[in-house]
Amino acid sequence: MTVAQFFGCGLLAFGPPVAMFAITIATDPIRTIMLVASAFFWLLALLFSSILYCAVVQLQDTIVFGLVFSVLFQELFRFLWFLLIQKAEGGLKKVSDGNVQIVENKHILAYVSGLGFGIISGAFSLVNVLADMTGPGTVGLKGDPANFFVASAVTSLAFTLLHIFWGVLFFNALHRRAYLQLAYVILCHLLASGITLMNPMYGLTIPTVWVLTVLSGGLALVVAGGSHSTLAAACRPRHPPILRVPTPQLTSQDTAL
Amino acid sequence: MDGHVNIDRDDKVVAAAVVEERVNNKGVKKRRKGTPQQQEEEEEGGGAMPPTPSQEHDGERGQESETPYPSNHPREGSEAGLVKRLPRGAEGSGDGGGGGGGGGGAPSDSHPPATTLVPAARSNAQDPRRSQQQGEWVEGEGGDEDEEEEELKYGAQHVIKLFIPVSLCMLVVVATVSSVTFYTEKGTYLLYTPFHEQSNAFGDKLYDAVRNSLILLGVVIVLTIVLIILYKKRCYKIIHGWLLMSSLLLLFIFTILYMMELLRGYNIGMDWITIGIVVWNFGVVGMVSIHWQGPLRLQQAYLIFIASLMSLMFIKYLPEYTLWMVLGVISIWDLVAVLCPKGPLRILVETAQERNEPIFPALIYSSNIMYSTLGAADSEETTTTSNNSNSGQDGARGDDRAGAGQEWSQENGFVADGEAGFTQEWAQQADQRAVRRRDQVGNHARQQPTNTEPSRPQPHPRDLTAQEEEEERGVKLGLGDFIFYSVLVGKVSAYGNWNTTLACFIAILIGLCLTLIMLAIFKKALPALPISITFGLIFYFSTSQLVAPFTEKLASEQVYI
Repeated sequence: MTVAQFFGCGLLAFGPPVAMFAITIATDPIRTIMLVASAFFWLLALLFSSILYCAVVQLQDTIVFGLVFSVLFQELFRFLWFLLIQKAEGGLKKVSDGNVQIVENKHILAYVSGLGFGIISGAFSLVNVLADMTGPGTVGLKGDPANFFVASAVTSLAFTLLHIFWGVLFFNALHRRAYLQLAYVILCHLLASGITLMNPMYGLTIPTVWVLTVLSGGLALVVAGGSHSTLAAACRPRHPPILRVPTPQLTSQDTAL
Repeated sequence: MDGHVNIDRDDKVVAAAVVEERVNNKGVKKRRKGTPQQQEEEEEGGGAMPPTPSQEHDGERGQESETPYPSNHPREGSEAGLVKRLPRGAEGSGDGGGGGGGGGGAPSDSHPPATTLVPAARSNAQDPRRSQQQGEWVEGEGGDEDEEEEELKYGAQHVIKLFIPVSLCMLVVVATVSSVTFYTEKGTYLLYTPFHEQSNAFGDKLYDAVRNSLILLGVVIVLTIVLIILYKKRCYKIIHGWLLMSSLLLLFIFTILYMMELLRGYNIGMDWITIGIVVWNFGVVGMVSIHWQGPLRLQQAYLIFIASLMSLMFIKYLPEYTLWMVLGVISIWDLVAVLCPKGPLRILVETAQERNEPIFPALIYSSNIMYSTLGAADSEETTTTSNNSNSGQDGARGDDRAGAGQEWSQENGFVADGEAGFTQEWAQQADQRAVRRRDQVGNHARQQPTNTEPSRPQPHPRDLTAQEEEEERGVKLGLGDFIFYSVLVGKVSAYGNWNTTLACFIAILIGLCLTLIMLAIFKKALPALPISITFGLIFYFSTSQLVAPFTEKLASEQVYI
């Protein structure tokens, strides 16, 4: 059971992000580097919030304090990361090597950095739990919630996705000076994190967090220029162009020979 | 050279041509600015002069013929990268630049000292070409921007090409450390660490760690100096033997040890005969592919495996505090050895450059090609590569242009002649390759005399080299960097907190990235350890001391941020 649970929860939480990484990020070196760099910025944010958390000894028992400031630090570092990308845009154009897409379509970088934030935050919240999952022993025997692991995996997946959507919304807000979206991102982040304070009331927290996820996802889609038609187009199977061999030449050569 | 390069391009998208161009990347950039005419001129000049010098070089260097090796590597690497780079070259007209690079090479020769230093740091083998490149840089002022752009472009891909092997190496170490308890058990320590930190007091442990790491550093310094002396005295056979012995030990004895612990860890029974056959085959293939030739992937895999074995040894046999201290001390030593005017590694590189000798293949990881190994698969390509390498060496000697021209001409001839030319040249090249390999081995030994030994810190010089050649050969990273990166991550994972492991992993990758960026900015060999290891250490200590309490609290209460 322990190993099965490990794989189940691991794939549940990291399957979608890893698939996104493999399909959309891994093929492009620049995106990969940006992903790692944005993950590094998230780490910095976590480091600063941890320093604050450890420094204010009196409030260490009230996790709310650490949570609020951690969220604010994350958004601050998202902003700093945005500034850095803006500064480096000229360099990016050079690096992109003719692939202007990443510079022209701002949403790509937003998505990449959002995914970077999401993967690292999901990993940080779940890896140690996953490591414990393989046993020996399991949770839930002494009245604790038995579905602790599954709930953790589901929630961390939600937060990974939320970070992607927030990334897109946040960058878009800064680009277009739509500060309402900015406020939405910060408040939504505070709200989503705040809701998880109510764990282990999974019946309440997980649906709420996922509602926020879907909502943010819809907003991000609209902001990125998506619509029903584009969605439908994306879902439609695409037929790869068929390469045709210039048979006439071959035949002519054959006949000649 | 430019002309040659261009010609090659024209004739075919011959790998060799591409290689040369890459080698002369800087030159290429200049070429871009210079325009085709300049390139043509360069080509002509190179073609006329080159033949004699290159030949002379070959004749002179029995061992040095190896020097072509480095050039081969770049070429091969470039060949490997050709597919990718070619399009780039087409875009930026970087290929044309290759010719310019050749021209630059000649000037660089004239200004040996200044230019040489930088290239030297990068890699011995590449030195000639590097020097050329540097020279080109200096000369081609207008092309700077273009050059930079190209470097950046190549950079992104090369960063990934380093990310993957570094990650793989760490993965092997982390997986082993966390699944086989043998490597986390204490008790046996290296000869070089006589103080075992048995006291419980923090101060005593720290004192022991400082003494241990200083002893280890002393060993490293002494071995480096011995290597330099051997190199200066041209005792190539000793260095070569040293290197061979090291890889022999690693590939056989350490592999047996590793297999035994792995089998024991997973409680799998296996008879000695099977183990003997497996290890024999594994080791022999490894020796062949590392020191002679073999598929690039195989070679890279073996190098990564060797690096993981070494870092596992460090993790197992160094006392805890000593290990952290060693990481810090080695990073500083790397910095000093590479950047100081009189730094041993720098001297080594400069000497190698002066002699136009290649880097030791066994101790450097190359994202493209280490030596002319690729040739095995594609005989024609190999020949061309070998020619290129020869030309590169020649050029490095100071007759860069002429040598290059000769080489190029040879290459051209190859192309034209086809198979017949190939065989003769190939045979010659084979000899040269052998020599080069020996040289390279020797170089490696020099750089990292202690390969087998626990005190491998010397590899740092390689680190420098690894980055420089990005454009030319693809990226090179010293195995020492692999080892110490993995040591850090592996040791962190031994404590069982995956968050810190992740943090260190990301920090090291970012450090590597920054180092590569600095490489693009300063365009000279840089030590790869300091930034990454500093980041890694900072993130290890801060994560384990500050972040871990916070994240554990969050995880246990299922609060997400």
